[in-house]
Parts: sequence; structure tokens; C-alpha cells
Amino acid sequence: MPKPSIDVRYVAKLARIALTDDEVATYGEQLSNLLDHVAALQRLPTEQVAPTALVIPARNVERDDFLRPSLDRDVVLSAAPQVVGAYFRVPRIIAEAE
Amino acid sequence: MLDATAVRLAAAVRSREISALEIAEAMLVRVEERNEALGAYLTVAGDAAREQARRVDERVAAGEALPLAGVPLAVKDNMCLTGTRTTCASKILANWVAPYTATAVARCLDAGAVPIGKANLDEFAMGSSCENSALLVTRNPWDLSRVPGGSSGGSVSAVSGGIATIGLGSDTGGSIREPAAFCGVVGFKPTYGRVSRYGLIAFASSLDQIGPIAKTVEDASVVYDAIAGKDPFDATSVDRPVEATAGYLREDLSGVRIGIVREFGLGELDPDVRLAYETAYRDLERLGAELVEVSLPTADYGVATYYLIAPAECSSNLARFDGVRYGLRVDGADVGAMYEATRSAGFGPEVKRRILIGTHALSSGYYDAYYVRAQKARTLIAGDFARAFARCDAIACPAAASAAFRFNAKSDPYSMYLMDYYTIPMSLAGLPSLSVPCGYVTPDGSAGPLPLGLELTTPLFTERTLLGLAHAYERGTLHAQRHAPPEIPAAASIGGAA
Repeated sequence: MPKPSIDVRYVAKLARIALTDDEVATYGEQLSNLLDHVAALQRLPTEQVAPTALVIPARNVERDDFLRPSLDRDVVLSAAPQVVGAYFRVPRIIAEAE
Repeated sequence: MLDATAVRLAAAVRSREISALEIAEAMLVRVEERNEALGAYLTVAGDAAREQARRVDERVAAGEALPLAGVPLAVKDNMCLTGTRTTCASKILANWVAPYTATAVARCLDAGAVPIGKANLDEFAMGSSCENSALLVTRNPWDLSRVPGGSSGGSVSAVSGGIATIGLGSDTGGSIREPAAFCGVVGFKPTYGRVSRYGLIAFASSLDQIGPIAKTVEDASVVYDAIAGKDPFDATSVDRPVEATAGYLREDLSGVRIGIVREFGLGELDPDVRLAYETAYRDLERLGAELVEVSLPTADYGVATYYLIAPAECSSNLARFDGVRYGLRVDGADVGAMYEATRSAGFGPEVKRRILIGTHALSSGYYDAYYVRAQKARTLIAGDFARAFARCDAIACPAAASAAFRFNAKSDPYSMYLMDYYTIPMSLAGLPSLSVPCGYVTPDGSAGPLPLGLELTTPLFTERTLLGLAHAYERGTLHAQRHAPPEIPAAASIGGAA
């Protein structure tokens, strides 16, 4: 396990969260502290251990392919911040050439 | 009548002694009186309650034997109920109205329960005190200057404070059991996969489980029987027959071996808390159980394991809140700026912390060192329980290391995380686990007694055993009948909170 350190600014960018300088400092300290605690896991002998993703016996589930009613489109769209006709409206995705 | 158990209320409605609508109206009046002080409900669902109560009365009149006929229900506000606001106590969903109903909620309604309102929680169920709600302060009915616990603090405060008879909570690392202990009620997390998560807004998908909050083990058992079972809308809901529990509650513990965990010694607890748990263990013995020492050598790593796995899954699940399809949007020059502005304004500090740590744990170069290692630790913890259960039928331990604490007492995030020390290992192993009232302490400066909870845990899919044992303990000790929370003031003139 690496020495506990976290580049909060970089991680926040990956997580699509903008942070102020104060937040970077506060979260940086708190999360480094947490990573110090989780570093204890290095003491466990895990080389020969399989990881557990789900604790109950599970297998892929398939269902019959049939039509069934889904949510009404207008109801779904009514929850959206902005719509145009039958579509979600979002800000510009591709920047104009400078 | 409003303070009766669910079993008693439903029987009264079925026998037409009282109507579901009369109960609902009376409960809504009481909510009006008490919710200002308790802050249990984010949304009071008066119209939905009356409509459902009328439907229940019609079904009762038609001869249906509904197990929860007319029973007032508090629904944690991370579960959908068609036409009601479902906020997750987050600014990012503050005005979102659910277009469908969660399966567990629908099954409660089908059994005759009446939804009184949507109950407060730590934002997105991340917290152990309910203080992380971005929308409302919820108080502990036993002492309004103290937290109700979390994250299901609103549902638990409502049941304890007499403004719901039963509640639905969700438990990821202790979010039903710890608040139930703090508020002197029964809180039950079934085996992972036993109850459908459809319509539960996801936090950590491999851990989240819905379960009942109730005044008695028997009430919890009736709710569990109503909500358990396979649901085609949740592929992780387990397709195996559900054993009914309500008709199988025990009155004694003879022949039962109960494991006391060596690593969970009571030595570090406050003396009065320690005494209460020692008494609880002796009570188990007095009721006929044989106590055996068991070892969970890796349980001490539970908190560290959990705070990698749960945030990793949270960072993935909460990626869907992007300002496009639902919830808050804060405009930006381009779509990326909009995402960042929306998420920065919409999520509170604890949610951001968990998204950040989870993103870090899953990021390139760290994935094996953090996430995979935590998943391996999870294997070891589950293995510890399997070995322990070869020697005992159930494990008993504290549900929390203390009684409810005051607001703002845990300002360091890690000290809050440690509140789930006794509940996290069971969650990581997916086990059925509950908290039942086991005694009271009166800390310095507290106006009156504060409840403690005994946590009981059994092997996967043995809900019948677990509820049976808990019922025997409850009947043999009657802790919940010895004390009641003080009268809730009708108006809020309460200090102590943020």
C-alpha cells in the first residue's frame, strides 16, 4: 500500500467537484488522516485471499424479453432542470474553435 | 391507541374497533404538534396518508386480513414514494418528486401500512448522527439536545417519539442499528439481498439493505415478513424462499449458544455503559442461553475496510447526479463547468469527502492498493464470522460504544466513523443483525435516562432465528417498558443544535 497521500485537487477534478482553496486544505487534511487509518489494512495477510465483491451467492440474472410499460415520458421529463421538446437540454458540449 | 404496537393497531383496524382513517387523522394531528421539536419528517404526506387509509378501510371491509392494517409508517427519505418529494436530505434532490414507489415501501402499503411522511437522514445516508442532513435538524426524543443517531435518524426519532408506529430505514454500515440503539427502539437489518433495493437511492450497492424500525421485535418481524423476498426489479434480491418469522418468536433461550466476541471487550467503555452490557450478557444466560467466547480477529479492521469500499461505491453511484436528468442544476459555460458547479453546490461536506476518497481509492495506481485490498479484507472478515458461527447460534455485542451524544460532539470525521465500529463488520459480511433495547444510562448533565442497544447477529438468511432470539431477550428483560422518552414539547424552544 502506498504511503498515505492524496492529491485532492486532482481527485476532485476526476469526481467533477470544484473545490475552494480552503476546501482543498480541509479535505486534504481529513482524507490524509483517514488514509493513515486505512493503512492498517497493510498488516492483514491478504496475498492468498480472493477479493469479495458480494457476500451472498450470486449469478447473472436474465429475464424474459417482453414489453412492459415504463415510466411516462412526460413525467420523467418534468423532473429535468431543462428540456426542449422530448429531450434533456444541456449546455454546450463541444467548444467553439478559438 | 396511538402509542400501541403495530400488531395491536392492525388487529384493532381489522376488527373494525377503529378505522385506518381515524388513526391517520389522529397521527397527523400529533405530527403537527411534535414534528417541530423532533424534526423527524422532512415531508408530511397528509394526502397520501388519508388516501391510503381510505383504501385500507375499504380492503378491510372487503374482508382482507392485512398484517399492517392502518399502521402509521415513517419512510426514510432515500426511498421513493410516488408523488412525494424524495430528497435524500440533500440540496441536490431537495425538490425531486419520485415518479415511482420503492418495492419495500409498496409492500408495506400492500400490507396495509399508512405512510405518514418522509423521514430525515444524513445526506445520502452517509453519517451516524443525522447531523449531515442538509435540510433539517432531527432530535433524539429522549433528550432533545442529543442526536438521534444516523443515518436513519428521522425514521427512528419518529417511532421513538410517537409520530410513527413503524419505520423503514436503510443500513449500509449501521444506519438502522445505531440510531435504533440511541432512541430505544428495535432496528433490524436483514441479510443483504433479502429486501429489494429497487427505489432505494443507492449509496453503496454491495452493502445497502432496507429494514424495519419498530417498538417491538414482534412488530419488526411483521414488517420484515411483509417486505422480504425476491423482486424482479432488483437483480441482487435473493431468489430463495423467505421463512416467515412472525409466528416463530421464542419466549426463552434454552439450548441457544450465544457468542461473545473476545476482541469486543467492554473494558474501554464508560463504566455505566460497560455495566449495562455485562448485565445484558448475564440476562441472556439467565434466559437459558449458553455463552461461549468467539473470536473475530479481523473485525478490528472493519472500519478501515468499510471506509474504502463504501466510498468507492458511493463515488460511482453518485456520479449520476450531474444536473442533466433530475435534481439541481447550476449553470456553467459548458457541460463540464455545469457538472462541477452543480455537484459542488448540491453535495454537502461529508458526501464530498466520501466521493473524493472513493474516487481516489478507485483511481489508476491506487485501485489494487486500496479497493482490492479492502475487498480481500472483507473476505477475511466474512470468514471470521463463518468460523465463529461454527461454535454459536448468534453473536451478541454492543450496538454502539455509548448512548446518544450531543450535537457537534464529533467534529472530526474519523471519530464519527468509529460510531459504527460494532455494526460495520456485520454489514461487510452481509449478515442479519439487529439492535434491541438493553438498558439505560444517565450521563453527567443528562436530564434523564438514555437508552442503549444490544446488537444480535446470526448467520446469513437466518432471520427467523435472529428475531426469535431477540424476542425472547426483549420479553425476558422488558427494558423498553421500564422507561419512556419524556413528553415532547409542542413548540420548539430547544437549544443545543447547530
